Amino acid sequence: MVTRGFTGRPKGAEPTNRIPPGQHLVDYFPVLSAGPTPRIEPENWRFTLKVGPRPIKTWSWDEFNALPMTKMVRDIHCVTTWSMLDTQWEGVLVDDILADAFIEPPTGFTLAHSFDGYSTNVPTADLTTGKAMVALKYAGKPLERDHGGPARLLVPHLYFWKSAKWVNGLQFTERDEAGFWELRGYHIYGDPWREQRYTSD
Amino acid sequence: MSDNDGSAADLGWQNARIIRIEPRTATIKSFFFQLPVPLRHRAGQHVDVRLTAPDGYTAMRSYSIASAPDGTDIIELAIERIETGEVSPFFDDVAAVGDDIELRGPLGGHFVWRPADAGPLLLIGAGSGLVPLLAMLRQRRDVDSDTPAALLLASRTWSDVLYADELLVESERPHGMQLRFALSRQAPQRPQDYGRRIDAAMLAEVIGLLPAAPAAVFICGSNGFVNTAADAVLAAGVHATAVRTERYGG
Repeated sequence: MVTRGFTGRPKGAEPTNRIPPGQHLVDYFPVLSAGPTPRIEPENWRFTLKVGPRPIKTWSWDEFNALPMTKMVRDIHCVTTWSMLDTQWEGVLVDDILADAFIEPPTGFTLAHSFDGYSTNVPTADLTTGKAMVALKYAGKPLERDHGGPARLLVPHLYFWKSAKWVNGLQFTERDEAGFWELRGYHIYGDPWREQRYTSD
Repeated sequence: MSDNDGSAADLGWQNARIIRIEPRTATIKSFFFQLPVPLRHRAGQHVDVRLTAPDGYTAMRSYSIASAPDGTDIIELAIERIETGEVSPFFDDVAAVGDDIELRGPLGGHFVWRPADAGPLLLIGAGSGLVPLLAMLRQRRDVDSDTPAALLLASRTWSDVLYADELLVESERPHGMQLRFALSRQAPQRPQDYGRRIDAAMLAEVIGLLPAAPAAVFICGSNGFVNTAADAVLAAGVHATAVRTERYGG
């Protein structure tokens, strides 16, 4: 339905095939989160890989920073409709985390967990083969707390709630188990190009 | 208790008709929509609004529902004009009574309050961040809840205070909530209010108005405001899991 009197794109906004339907570009990095912003000191930081309930390996901050670092430039899309192009990230590929634990992807699904109790589910195939990382830097600087620092998951091809802030572990699961927002009305997969915003989309 | 019910129930787009527009402050107006399919929302939830241009371009934004879940087919949204926005200026300049606007909801299953939830209830808002909190206060009033509650509302000046008259009335009735205003650019209008930005000492005082530590805290405003308020609430001894936040500008 055309909205009476709505003329469309604001002046200066360039249509681009890099912006998914229903999204718009922003020129700053918005902050969204469901609770207080946690403070995590490096000495208290841990990252744990689990298969089901079983811990496979845990890294300290120093151990994690000794893993191979990879840079990624990606477009990101938040379900609240903002998008940013060419965001610059640096961190450890999920592939390299698995390699350091000497395991192949053990199951088809993964739950990412965070220090504040947040969780989100992603098919394991969407995390591996260079698709996702645990990011430690944004735009060349240590990741700020507001944006998930010291470390957040980065799964740039899915809506950004999948890129869990303050991530402290990945848990491989046999079934696709809904995470925090997925239990609260948001889509189980979250592909921005298919506008999978809410459960019924 | 589960957050997971109904939040994905009535999600189809519908054409909602604007039946009334009321200016609230210099930059905020309330829009009352009549819905073909009434929403069964919970206080604190939002709707997505979609505008479509003749060339097919769409712009979509989320707006919190100001009205309480009241079983009617009318909802109220309070929309603040953001100069750099593409949706809120349309509402301020163009939208008129009788227009049909596409919206869907209710959305959001976390920043929600139900009368059966444990109290006391602490609400902290800045500017238009009051809107989802107002839905909670309105429902609390409508169901005659005796859950102890307090609202701390930050605004720049008295003329920027949203729903000031309604809040004052609500605070003065039996079982009304405790109410404190914090004005950052004007002296307080009542002796019990504050003429400064929020801080930890202020939050400690407001929490002290409640008969016990708050079991649920809802904070809504800009990211900087939410961080300040959340840190102050944690410093007062409230556990992080009791604190729910909604940050706008995203």
